[in-house]
Amino acid sequence: MSMDLDDPVYFKQQEQVAATILCCNCGAAIDGTLSAGALCSDCIRLTVDVAGGVQREAVIHCCRDCERWLQPPNSWVVAALESKELLAICLRKLRGLNKVRIIDASFIWTEPHSKRLRLKITIQTEAFQGTIIQQQFEVEYVIANQQCSGCQKSFTHHTWGASIQIRQKVPHKRTFMYLEQLILKHNAHKDTVNIKEVSEGLDFYFAKRNEAERMLSFLEGCIPCKTTKSHELVSMDIHTSKSVYKHSWSVSIVPICKDDLVALPIKLARSLSDISPLAICHRVGTSINILDPCTLRTTDVPTAVYWRQPFPALADITELKEFIVLDIESTGISNGRFLLSEATVARASDLGSNDTTYFTRTHLGGILHVGDSVLGYHLTGTQFNNDQYDEIENSHQYGSTIPDVVLIKKHYVRSKKSKARPWRLKRMAREHEEEATAAVVNVPTNKRQEQEQARMEQDYEMFLRDVEEDQELRQTLDLYKNRQYQARPDQMEEDDDVDEDHAVPKINMDELLDDFDDLNMEDN
Amino acid sequence: MAVRAQFENSNEVGVFSCLTNAYAIVAVGASENFYSVFESELQDVIPICHATIAGTRIVGRLIVGNRKGLLVPTTTTDQELQHLRNTLPSEVKIQRIEERLSALGNVICCNDHVAIVHPDLERETEEIIADVLGVEVFRQTVADNVLTGSYMALSNQGGIVHPKTSIRDQDELSSLLQVPLVAGSVNRGSPVVGAGMVVNDWLAITGLDTTATELSVVESVFRLGEMAPGGAGAGVNKDSIVESFY
Repeated sequence: MSMDLDDPVYFKQQEQVAATILCCNCGAAIDGTLSAGALCSDCIRLTVDVAGGVQREAVIHCCRDCERWLQPPNSWVVAALESKELLAICLRKLRGLNKVRIIDASFIWTEPHSKRLRLKITIQTEAFQGTIIQQQFEVEYVIANQQCSGCQKSFTHHTWGASIQIRQKVPHKRTFMYLEQLILKHNAHKDTVNIKEVSEGLDFYFAKRNEAERMLSFLEGCIPCKTTKSHELVSMDIHTSKSVYKHSWSVSIVPICKDDLVALPIKLARSLSDISPLAICHRVGTSINILDPCTLRTTDVPTAVYWRQPFPALADITELKEFIVLDIESTGISNGRFLLSEATVARASDLGSNDTTYFTRTHLGGILHVGDSVLGYHLTGTQFNNDQYDEIENSHQYGSTIPDVVLIKKHYVRSKKSKARPWRLKRMAREHEEEATAAVVNVPTNKRQEQEQARMEQDYEMFLRDVEEDQELRQTLDLYKNRQYQARPDQMEEDDDVDEDHAVPKINMDELLDDFDDLNMEDN
Repeated sequence: MAVRAQFENSNEVGVFSCLTNAYAIVAVGASENFYSVFESELQDVIPICHATIAGTRIVGRLIVGNRKGLLVPTTTTDQELQHLRNTLPSEVKIQRIEERLSALGNVICCNDHVAIVHPDLERETEEIIADVLGVEVFRQTVADNVLTGSYMALSNQGGIVHPKTSIRDQDELSSLLQVPLVAGSVNRGSPVVGAGMVVNDWLAITGLDTTATELSVVESVFRLGEMAPGGAGAGVNKDSIVESFY
């Protein structure tokens, strides 16, 4: 070890802390010029409690149903656990905290089911002349349940101020399933007090009129409908001339759905760019889009025009029959994604029994190939009880143009075993008018309910297939990844109809959204 | 010897009394408890005088005195002055002074030789202090406080100053006073040592809240322990003290 003697030696000019007084409590020697109240720092910590005037326990109210927090006197605030909004509510709850300065406040983690919140607060205050004391302490909050005014209203009957009754007079529920998805996507139902499912539609209840009107304008923007308003006087104060009304809107949706066969009144067909009166509805937006499958001409029936001269659907999707394409030949005429083709088809049920074939023109030329299975309406041999159809049959111009078969869409054979899909849709919580309790526990109590439920499931499955097959429809909806789904390749190979299964249109995983509601700790 | 006392629930005994080597002045209270503390310690040693100054009880803050003299403010009535003259020993000079800062106990701190006074005191007052009390007068502050009488307690043996006084200030004051000084507190951390206690060469009376630590500081700096030079046991045979315990 070498020692450099020439190295300069530095003496630290240390400010010596000279003890000048004795702590009046314990007798420890301390520097009097810096001490507070002639106490040493240990004694200050032990004896002075600047947070003594602050409560250490408090009660905070939370609504169990909407998970909002009561901000006294009477407002309810949405705040996540451990959020700064909740911190503000908690701090405001403490009496005596306004006399001190808050330096820091943070949550200490507590198990949510413990119904406790723990807060670590650091405060500063002047304890002696010119001496600021900082102290840290914990406050425990007990979360008490209290129903908020909004939830009180929703659980009490007859508290709604406005209602919207949506009805569509069709035998299936597909439109409402689509509407449900639209409402969920745009979060249009957030103001509703209650949603009820009734036999031919949905009832929405709102606390205020303007909330219902907002919903109404949303509905008018996405479906073809007609609204009728009515209101009922609930109470009136003659002194202040204030009156309370219950407003209700009846919304009827045009009873024509996608893939329905329609027979237009001939007069109306003429006015709509002289389209053939026997046509199919290929899309429903805010108006009804009509397609003549024999010429590929399309036209729109605006909602207002429809309601001036309403007509029912000639045949709906439940009456579709399966046909097999025997021959198909393109004519070269196309309109958008439709390609006009001439096809020879036979009933799938006729195969093996007779050789009856039908010649028809179809708009599905682009996707149909020989041997494909296709769904269509079988007009020959069907007796329609429809005035417009009779009118068409009897007219000179159109009577001879009625085709034997109108093809609607390609039929994909699906394996019945696996109905699981890699995607799923969200559902809306709603109340059934009858059998409410039975629906909740999902146990059908009698045959009628069983049938009802089976029909619902069938409708939903049909809707899901629609979503799968129609990209245009899919774009308007939010699809989520199904976390429960896993592909089983070994099983797939055993299946006989593997090839057919592959033909079924698949939804690209990129189109799907992650559902953040389902993200849990246990998934790690 | 150091004792704790209380004047009608107040710890500030220096406010209600004045103690010198030649006499003690105690405010007139509702009860005689406070007076009896003085009486038990000083009876037959020095005269104890019940007095008011200008009709108030805060005699300790209004007057200042030592063995040689006593200064009273201009608000003192003739009757009160006469009562003091009658009670106190005849060699104590009593003088009423015209001074704007009339709480003389707050602005003057003295022992039998030196006085530390408020820097703004009038020149004439300073001269009267020197004449009547027979002291050398210094205009000084204690820990940047001008009220020297409030923040300093002084006897011929030593002195105690405001706890925030720095070592340098203590050295400066101590060189002026020629007695040892120490920073300290009374009444559980109160910095107003002058108002919180009274002291002479053999007795200190502090407020009832004074802690044992504070009392031991007081006893040591004023040399009030039994065996300390100038203490009660200084000239006495040790055996006789032991005897007196029984």
